[in-house]
Amino acid sequence: MIDTNVHLFHWPFRRLAGDDPAELVRRLKEKGVRQAWAGSFEALLCRDVAGVNSRLADACSHHCPDFLVPFGCVNPKFPDWPGDLRRCHEVHRMRGIRLYPNYHGYTLADPVVADLFSRAAARRLMVQIVFCMEDERTQFPLMRVPPVDPAPLAEIVRRVPDLKLVLLNGGGWDGDESRGLRELAREGRVYCDMARVEGIEGLADLIRSFSPTQVMFGSSYPFFYFEAALLKVKSAGLAQDGRAALLEGNARVLLPEL
Amino acid sequence: MPIDRRTILKGFVSGALSAGLPAMGNSISEAPDIGKHFRIWDAHSHLEGLPGNTAEERMAVLVRHMDRLGIERLILSQGFGEHMPYPTPAQVREENDHVMRAVKHFPDRAYGSLYLNPRDTASSLQEFDRCLLNGPMVMVGELETDVRCNSPLLDPIVERAIAMNAPILQHTWIAAGGNGRDESSPADLVELARRHPKGKFICGHTGGTWELGIRTIRDTPNVYAGIAGSDPVSGFVEMAVRELGAERVIFGSDAGGRTFASQMAKVIGADIPDSAKELILAGNLRRLLAPVLRAKGLPS
Repeated sequence: MIDTNVHLFHWPFRRLAGDDPAELVRRLKEKGVRQAWAGSFEALLCRDVAGVNSRLADACSHHCPDFLVPFGCVNPKFPDWPGDLRRCHEVHRMRGIRLYPNYHGYTLADPVVADLFSRAAARRLMVQIVFCMEDERTQFPLMRVPPVDPAPLAEIVRRVPDLKLVLLNGGGWDGDESRGLRELAREGRVYCDMARVEGIEGLADLIRSFSPTQVMFGSSYPFFYFEAALLKVKSAGLAQDGRAALLEGNARVLLPEL
Repeated sequence: MPIDRRTILKGFVSGALSAGLPAMGNSISEAPDIGKHFRIWDAHSHLEGLPGNTAEERMAVLVRHMDRLGIERLILSQGFGEHMPYPTPAQVREENDHVMRAVKHFPDRAYGSLYLNPRDTASSLQEFDRCLLNGPMVMVGELETDVRCNSPLLDPIVERAIAMNAPILQHTWIAAGGNGRDESSPADLVELARRHPKGKFICGHTGGTWELGIRTIRDTPNVYAGIAGSDPVSGFVEMAVRELGAERVIFGSDAGGRTFASQMAKVIGADIPDSAKELILAGNLRRLLAPVLRAKGLPS
């Protein structure tokens, strides 16, 4: 099982079981995970993005280099963001980056996004976009962050055909972004995880809307209980091939070198 | 079912499950059957957001998913039609009829729970008698967002529920942007519960913002934390058990808008003893319902 959506370190508003990297690795391995693609909670609010990425890379390397795959952060509204992208690739040897447009104050319609995508594609870096971290209704009142609007993505994806793009934490309970995601699904080259999918038939519907090869296992652990993603797979009643693709196969296709 | 529920993701984005269970390999099919380890009763479910044109068809979908996750029984509330604020007596009756039809079709898998619009006292009491006193339903709620539940309009309904020893499930929320009009908060429910110390109240969603909801109900022992219908955020059930005791925490899903899976994970994935999980997943609800079920000759 490959978990494409975990975060290391501390969520700013609550201590979480598994917010210590060693403990996170232990718990995920105990649950049958063989590889975890990890971002850093620090990336949400810290301005020293280079320091965030360096700590993330060190932690992954220190705690379990074959298990934790670091996804550094780039904030394209910060000065010299191409420098952060370059370091992710050349210094830390990362396979991808993780973006948080809503926490970093830009929309996907911002021209800088297409620029960032082109540069990432040129370096063969995967781009993960986190649509939302937390239900808007339960956020800290002084720190309210609406979900990302995916509507502009379809056009950008057409312009950067070599980009490996993965959507994390899309969908969710009230799914305002579902129309934009549906359009993206039709593009055929965009992938997504299923950590926030809700509704009794939600996961099966997501797989139908994208395709069995475009949906990957992701838990949003440790923010969410890991078992939520696991039980969604069990509840979906997928055939063995589809389940294997979801749990691991599709992620392996995206990062074959791992 | 919060007041600002928007279109559920229809047609789209519409183990080692606990320390006490065996480790899981790479296949979900190897996952232990949770239902064999724990009895699971779901206190909070609806027919909304499900495929099917009839209540029976939608209930069949729920049962299929219940079977996959080992859920023995659920308590079914209104929600066949679109959410309607301030429903008329006819609309309330229609919703309750859908629930009773679904339950009649699956008597071993579901009990019904009574929907009311407390703004209309006379018709609410008539509906109480039709569906609960003289009908097959076993509890009250989910009471929705038609009136804040600290209102005296709730009193005659609560008194009738107390007379039958039936619990009441009340929707509550604490929204970052402010609650909707006539949407109750846990504090509203605490007011009601303190006026009726013999009543048994389930605080639906524990206010969503559960760290505040748990604190709010902490000193009101006849209010139980309903964990249904919020994201499966880590730590919810651990805090509820720490602050309230496992005896006051009740599993529910808020299906079909939510998955059974994400809501069960709050309990299965929590760092609490198996004995606490047993209480939360079924024991507490069965205990609360026992007098009603006994009086009606229904199995528990």
